[in-house]
Amino acid sequence: MSAGSGKHHRGARAFAFLLLLVAGVAFLAPFAWMISTSLKPLNETMSLPPRWLPSVPQWRNYPAAIAGMGHFWRYTANTLFLCGMNVCGTVASSALAAYGFARIEWRGRDKVFLVLLATMMIPYPVIMVPIFGLFKHLGWIGSFKPLWVPAFFAGAFNVFLLRQFFLGLPKYISEAARIDGCSEFQTFLWVILPLCKPALLVVALFQFMYTWNDFLAPLIYLARQDNYTLALGLQSFQSQNGGTAWHYLMAASTLVVLPVIFLFFFTQRSFIEGIAATGGKN
Amino acid sequence: MTRGEWRDCRNGLLFISPWIAGFLVLCLYPVITSVYYSMCDYSVLSPAVFTGATNYRDLFTDAIFWKALYNTAFFAAFSIPLGVFISLSLAILLNFDLPGRGIFRTVFFLPSLVPMVCLAVLWQWMLNGELGLINNALKPLLHLLNSLFGSHLYPPNWLADARFAKWGIIFTGLWGVGNAVVIYLAGLQEVPRHLYESAELDGAGFWSKTAHITLPIISPVIYFNVIISLIGSFQVFAVPYVMTGGGDGPDRSLLFIATYLYQNAFDYWNMGYACAIGVVLFFMVVALTYVATKLSERHIHYSGK
Repeated sequence: MSAGSGKHHRGARAFAFLLLLVAGVAFLAPFAWMISTSLKPLNETMSLPPRWLPSVPQWRNYPAAIAGMGHFWRYTANTLFLCGMNVCGTVASSALAAYGFARIEWRGRDKVFLVLLATMMIPYPVIMVPIFGLFKHLGWIGSFKPLWVPAFFAGAFNVFLLRQFFLGLPKYISEAARIDGCSEFQTFLWVILPLCKPALLVVALFQFMYTWNDFLAPLIYLARQDNYTLALGLQSFQSQNGGTAWHYLMAASTLVVLPVIFLFFFTQRSFIEGIAATGGKN
Repeated sequence: MTRGEWRDCRNGLLFISPWIAGFLVLCLYPVITSVYYSMCDYSVLSPAVFTGATNYRDLFTDAIFWKALYNTAFFAAFSIPLGVFISLSLAILLNFDLPGRGIFRTVFFLPSLVPMVCLAVLWQWMLNGELGLINNALKPLLHLLNSLFGSHLYPPNWLADARFAKWGIIFTGLWGVGNAVVIYLAGLQEVPRHLYESAELDGAGFWSKTAHITLPIISPVIYFNVIISLIGSFQVFAVPYVMTGGGDGPDRSLLFIATYLYQNAFDYWNMGYACAIGVVLFFMVVALTYVATKLSERHIHYSGK
């Protein structure tokens, strides 16, 4: 089902393939450059013209970068803790809210949903200061709470995404459950949720990536270095080593990217389908 | 209301109650207080003192704010069209159904997974004036141009040169267009096959099919992406912040609105002023979204209408 299949001249298809190949190489080059640099001794990172392969791969750059970052394993544990809390909170609260917007008909529902859509337009920096003030008032600054408690209050984007999936399930499923004596919450928990596992996985994945990548919020709220996340730890490592130890910086960057890439390869299907579903077809 | 309606209403509200609580506490309250603080002298450490329009008046005459505004507009004005062009082109190429299509899609998508901080560190190295990959790839190209036309072009020291620093950030962002490629490709695959077939019977070639069938049909997807990029590009913060080591670049060439807001809030504890910047940022995002919607209304094709 594609625009081109079979109908184009051989030459046009070959040209398209050539373009894809060039673009593909260009998109992969930075990854190759990152890994190649991470395995070079310091003097080879400065050789001109640059060489793609290190004369002898320096695997010990990796332990050196881990040691240089200070509390690497603490950062990893902190990040995983925050990812876990955020994923649980988001999936639970967004699924509840999405069910309320998709599977129950109540007066004013669609108007309230418009409000939810409108909140997606508010840039985080705009509300950052009052939220900081609020958490300061609660005495949460420097703790992890500002970085995971909000996840339990259903983010608009995830509600929007799950609502789309919930709307796609036929109405009679809920009616059958009701006839069998299910309450609304039982229908939600035992009937609808199991049917939406792929969608829940997509939301969980997106939230995991978001938390793993987040920089601004940890920068604002985390003060002590042993509380840092990986993103924050990498940034502080970079600001200590900026402009010199590129082999260590690239090794550290590789370590922070790799888990995300692994996760992607194991969940590729849901990922790609999830991204495609965000495409605003309505 | 009947008993059933009443029950549905209660249940509906119960189900969305996490969102309602979040909306009230983490959205509505901050927006209202942000507007109030923007009219105050406020440092978090001591209570806010109402000062009326002072912050806005100061903003209007603050050359640094205008610089941040200019930098942000520059970034958006180039990175959005370039991003749409590149991601749409790649999606159209992928839609040719060539061998290795799945692999190419993965290759284009992978960079969009890279965390912002890694992205910044990696591209700082890519754009290094002397040792970076970009300039070492440019050198032979410019050398060729120079010998052909007798020009004196040389690769710039991207992030250290106020004239080129923003282009460095734009290129960094373009590496992450893979998200949009996946979205466009999904849109392209939903274009009904028969439209192409009847166009081919009329002798339409690739360009004419692209212009008259493909683009009109996926125009809602393009519009959606432009809006998302618009909102995103007005918040650009992490990449320039990390690349400049927490600063704003040579001659403030990498000072963006979000950077200036952050500096005022958390470097100078000038929270009232930061909120005023936030309010202006918010109205700009709303206004630009409105303009984009109006501009696109004539060109967007919604099937079924």
